[in-house]
Amino acid sequence: MFDALSDRLQNAFQNLKGHGKLTAEDIDAAMREIRLALLEADVNFKVVRDFVAHVKERALGVEVMESLTPAQQVIKIVNEELTALMGSADSKLAFSGHAPTIVLMAGLQGSGKTTACAKLAKYLKKDGKRPVLIAADVYRPAAIDQLQTLGKTVGVPVYAPGADVDPVDIARDGVEFARANGDVAIIDTAGRLHIDDELMDELARIRSEVKPHNILLVVDAMTGQDAVNAAEEFRQRVDLDGVVLTKLDGDARGGAALSVRAVTGRPIKFASNGEKLDDFDTFHPGRMASRILGMGDVLSLIEKAEDSLDAQKAAEMEAKLRRAEFTFEDFLEQLKQVRKMGSLSSILSMLPGVPGMKELKNVQVDDRQLDRIEAMIFSMTARERRNPELIDGSRKQRIARGSGTTVQDVNLLLKQYREMQKMLKMFSSGKTKGLRLPGMGG
Amino acid sequence: MEWHEVFKGVAEADVPKEVIAEEERERAGLFRRLRKNLGKARHAVRDQLKSALYVGVDRRLYEKVEETLIFADVGVDGTVKIVEELERRCTAKKIEAREPFLEELADVVAGTLRPDDPERQRIDVSADPTVILVVGVNGTGKTTTIGKIAYRLHQLGKTPLMVAADTFRAAAVEQLSEWADRAGCEIVKQDAGSDPAAVVYDGVAAAQSRGADVVIVDTAGRLHTQVNLMRELEKVRRVIEKQLPGAPHETLLVLDATTGQNGLRQAQEFKQAVDVTGVVLTKLDGTAKGGIVVAIHETLGIPIKLVGVGEQLEDLRPFEPDAFARAIFGGDEDGD
Repeated sequence: MFDALSDRLQNAFQNLKGHGKLTAEDIDAAMREIRLALLEADVNFKVVRDFVAHVKERALGVEVMESLTPAQQVIKIVNEELTALMGSADSKLAFSGHAPTIVLMAGLQGSGKTTACAKLAKYLKKDGKRPVLIAADVYRPAAIDQLQTLGKTVGVPVYAPGADVDPVDIARDGVEFARANGDVAIIDTAGRLHIDDELMDELARIRSEVKPHNILLVVDAMTGQDAVNAAEEFRQRVDLDGVVLTKLDGDARGGAALSVRAVTGRPIKFASNGEKLDDFDTFHPGRMASRILGMGDVLSLIEKAEDSLDAQKAAEMEAKLRRAEFTFEDFLEQLKQVRKMGSLSSILSMLPGVPGMKELKNVQVDDRQLDRIEAMIFSMTARERRNPELIDGSRKQRIARGSGTTVQDVNLLLKQYREMQKMLKMFSSGKTKGLRLPGMGG
Repeated sequence: MEWHEVFKGVAEADVPKEVIAEEERERAGLFRRLRKNLGKARHAVRDQLKSALYVGVDRRLYEKVEETLIFADVGVDGTVKIVEELERRCTAKKIEAREPFLEELADVVAGTLRPDDPERQRIDVSADPTVILVVGVNGTGKTTTIGKIAYRLHQLGKTPLMVAADTFRAAAVEQLSEWADRAGCEIVKQDAGSDPAAVVYDGVAAAQSRGADVVIVDTAGRLHTQVNLMRELEKVRRVIEKQLPGAPHETLLVLDATTGQNGLRQAQEFKQAVDVTGVVLTKLDGTAKGGIVVAIHETLGIPIKLVGVGEQLEDLRPFEPDAFARAIFGGDEDGD
């Protein structure tokens, strides 16, 4: 199924490689296939419509990379936009300064709440926390038994006064119990339909009674178009802080994830992807985006294209570095690369384990600054770009006038250039751990 | 369709009059409840369609129909096929007005769900004992459905026996035991962690010694992508086959109505592993329409036999293609 789609796309534009800038026709043709792919992935119809419109805007006029067809270039943009949409800075649990931190799990019947509670408890326990499970599902036969059994397996206390107690009371007393026996309270609730007034009221009452720091909606990854209905209703009635996506070890494309994120604006915090209690982790937007798009082989093609471009340029750059020949022309080239790839911080956030480079994580590429730098370099002559040492007082003035900047700006740029050269020399001599920044040898 | 019609092997004469009367009362009560819950959701679509129809049958109307079908999880292919058929019929019959158009639409959709042979929609419990194997992915409502089926059969004069072959899920046996209590029937179970095939073997053997005439086997929820678990299920089926020729007589795939296109994959894989003979579509009391069953029936030929509409014992109905089709567009069984 997925192969057929990518084939169709590749066939459609077989002979138009590296074709200048994306035109409206290029984009329309590709978006038809992408709309299909997203619908087949169970992304909500309306969310697909909005998303496609948004991407069309973004894609118009973008330059097509060498070795990619226009259609593939569009897919690249779509993948980036999907990843950006699914990602969020806010993907962690909120912990309270005053224990216990309270987590309320809610969702439709069968979504995987009880199992998710146990998995979250195990996850937090591994992290040095002391979670307590609270059995507030008094309706589902043996739900309390289930949570108790799981609690025993994970090795955490379970507060379970039984099915004859009001869930609101269980929640409140459970939090007290958690205060005395741990530092995180995880409340399991009964599965409920978002259109069941009585049960939604009950959930709202639990919420106002215990004031959770985290209200998580548990969503089954195989949910179809209806995902937004439930999510939106839960958000309106009890508010939500985040989503837990379950059963990701199946082969559902998981479009519900995108729908819920788009419609509620809440981040997906956790992904449950297996039947073992360990199969629980924070959510990875990049992986989810490519799974939803389902164009695995096109995306690896794009990756290869990017890699080869980078590899080619990186090789050239490396050679120049060794000869200490890094010039302003090269600098310009690097700026272009960075801008094309999107925000530096968003790329870095996708790299697994970037230890000790926290400063880099916060680098924001300011477009206006880049514009000014570009302008200054354009105002230089070819000789000046190749040999910046030539740039004396009168040349600085000319460059400043030509680029609409000041001599101080030019001085600053020259200073940055010298610092950059020093840093690059360090990279090439292996003095720091090579980090594969776009276009730079590592 | 009434229960004694759905189940083949239940003589109408055997069904107590009180049960038939109760069935009627239940239907009425059920619709009142459903109508209350679905109030908002139900009217929205029909109003949209009605107002779209005000200018006759045009492109905008067809787009609205497509949108509704996609929202119902019918899927892109299914939607295209239905709309093409609808256009064909409307052209041929020169349909240009609201009511006939909606009638035709409902009929096209219902047509995708009606087996050619109406017998295929029935559940055959005439064998003594009959074995019903219940399968599906996690969280679809298998255990609850078994409770409901056992209850119905008991009402119709049968003696069901439940088999707790989900030996994996925490407290699964306790859960099914609770349902056995509620449905008023017996249950065969072993310790958690036992071999499901062993429990099933015991269960089928027990049926004969305990005089049970329908054996309903609960299995653990499993994703069809888990190869070893699918193999385990195949083994369970083989054990049943070997023990009792002709068994299992019915293999029901329980499918959650909120499931999207992955439902078709599920049906494919389970069919390949254990030859599914029917689908139970659950949680239809929510806002999801379960349209993926259209693809399941059209592509795989698996009939939809039952629908679940709540968490209580009585919340099980025979599947009715016309009612289902109307529900997608916001109608209910009264053709409102």
